[in-house]
Amino acid sequence: MAASSRAQVLRLYRALLRESQRFSAYNYRTYAIRRIRDAFRENKNVADPAKIEELLNKAKANLEVIHRQV
Amino acid sequence: PSFLRLVVCVPQDPRVLDSMLPYLTAYYGNPHSRTHAYGWESEAAMENARRQVADLIGADSREIIFTSGATESNNMAIKGVARFYKSRKKHIITTQTEHKCVLDSCRSLETEGFRVTYLPVKKNGLIDLKELEAAFQPDTSLVSVMTVNNEIGVKQPICDIGEICRARKVFFHTDAAQAIGKIPMDVNNMKIDLMSISGHKIYGPKGVGALYVRRRPRVRLEPLQSGGGQERGLRSGTVPTPLAVGLGAACEVAQQEMEYDHKRILQLAERLVTKIMSEVPDVVMNGDREHRYPGCINLSFAYVEGESLLMALKDVALSSGSACTSASLEPSYVLRAIGTDEDLAHSSIRFGIGRFTTEEEVDYTVQKCIQHVKRLREMSPLWEMVQDGIDLKSIKWTQH
Repeated sequence: MAASSRAQVLRLYRALLRESQRFSAYNYRTYAIRRIRDAFRENKNVADPAKIEELLNKAKANLEVIHRQV
Repeated sequence: PSFLRLVVCVPQDPRVLDSMLPYLTAYYGNPHSRTHAYGWESEAAMENARRQVADLIGADSREIIFTSGATESNNMAIKGVARFYKSRKKHIITTQTEHKCVLDSCRSLETEGFRVTYLPVKKNGLIDLKELEAAFQPDTSLVSVMTVNNEIGVKQPICDIGEICRARKVFFHTDAAQAIGKIPMDVNNMKIDLMSISGHKIYGPKGVGALYVRRRPRVRLEPLQSGGGQERGLRSGTVPTPLAVGLGAACEVAQQEMEYDHKRILQLAERLVTKIMSEVPDVVMNGDREHRYPGCINLSFAYVEGESLLMALKDVALSSGSACTSASLEPSYVLRAIGTDEDLAHSSIRFGIGRFTTEEEVDYTVQKCIQHVKRLREMSPLWEMVQDGIDLKSIKWTQH
């Protein structure tokens, strides 16, 4: 269970960073990359599975936001 | 090019744009149309946005009126309240450092027969609370003081002002355009009765803003715009759904990001100021060092010509004074109000740091700034004289 979520989280992280690289505007690109990194780092030690799921859903939603604009 | 003039002109947050997209494309209904689904969807979105704005300031969503921006909100608040109560109350108090639209609204009210007291500010840009208390008259209807100044970044003692006004049963309006979403604001804790909000200052769309109008105790306004009675009759006209949705989203994002942004902006601001001041002598920071919002820094470089410095830094897009005064050659009235010498006022530069500012942009700006200040000072005969120990004020300039 834990192992698959870890892989899932990392996959999402990489996808977010990859998508953010595609922003053509310098300020959006740098903000997205910085914010994503900081957010994942900040939530690194969250243990509660409900909270983890909520955070992952937020991340997925943000991935779609970026995807629509790059 | 790096854009550090982020106080007035800031990029829209991508999350805000995303929230607006459906209402610019498929969901184009008029939110005031009661009879069909298109209208209902738009109305639901507009009401949701209203709630998002209200949540940011601790208000009830029924107290939020959408407008075309903070300028309109300021006009509505000041002229609206003054005119509604004009039969019994003819006096208004404001400060000398308010935004042009507030000062101009007051000026136009003066032509209608109202009396206005423009409170001076101390050298640090803050008002003197004792002077405020002394300025009240039996027929004062409104006090208007901006929360964070757009030119020098100082933060007025809003809680104290709110207390003073509440005790005297006078309405308190604050132009919070530069403060909303950047520092916590609560209309109840701060005893604010009216508040102006601007969309494009919090990474939302241009062309939209809001006015908070307290319901308990009720603040009455004479509406500026007559028409179909939208927005509780206070502001007729179709509410621009995509813009309102954008404003709401901007407020929600700002609430979530406030702590992160503030920490970062504080760090970047300290970096900018420390670096410049350590390399270049005779730099003055305008406005109180402590009671301020870190993202708006105004520095005066002595013995340097302001326009020349601005031209030299043109690819970094700073501004001398503020956007609303940048067209005129007069030095900023805000700097004049805090007692800045004429020549220092001319050589002042405003740096704006925001959510999207990068460390790289700060470093680049600092480097260019130091480089050009040094260069311009080399060329300046005044600087030469200062270096030789001559007191500039003792010079008798001869006429040729």
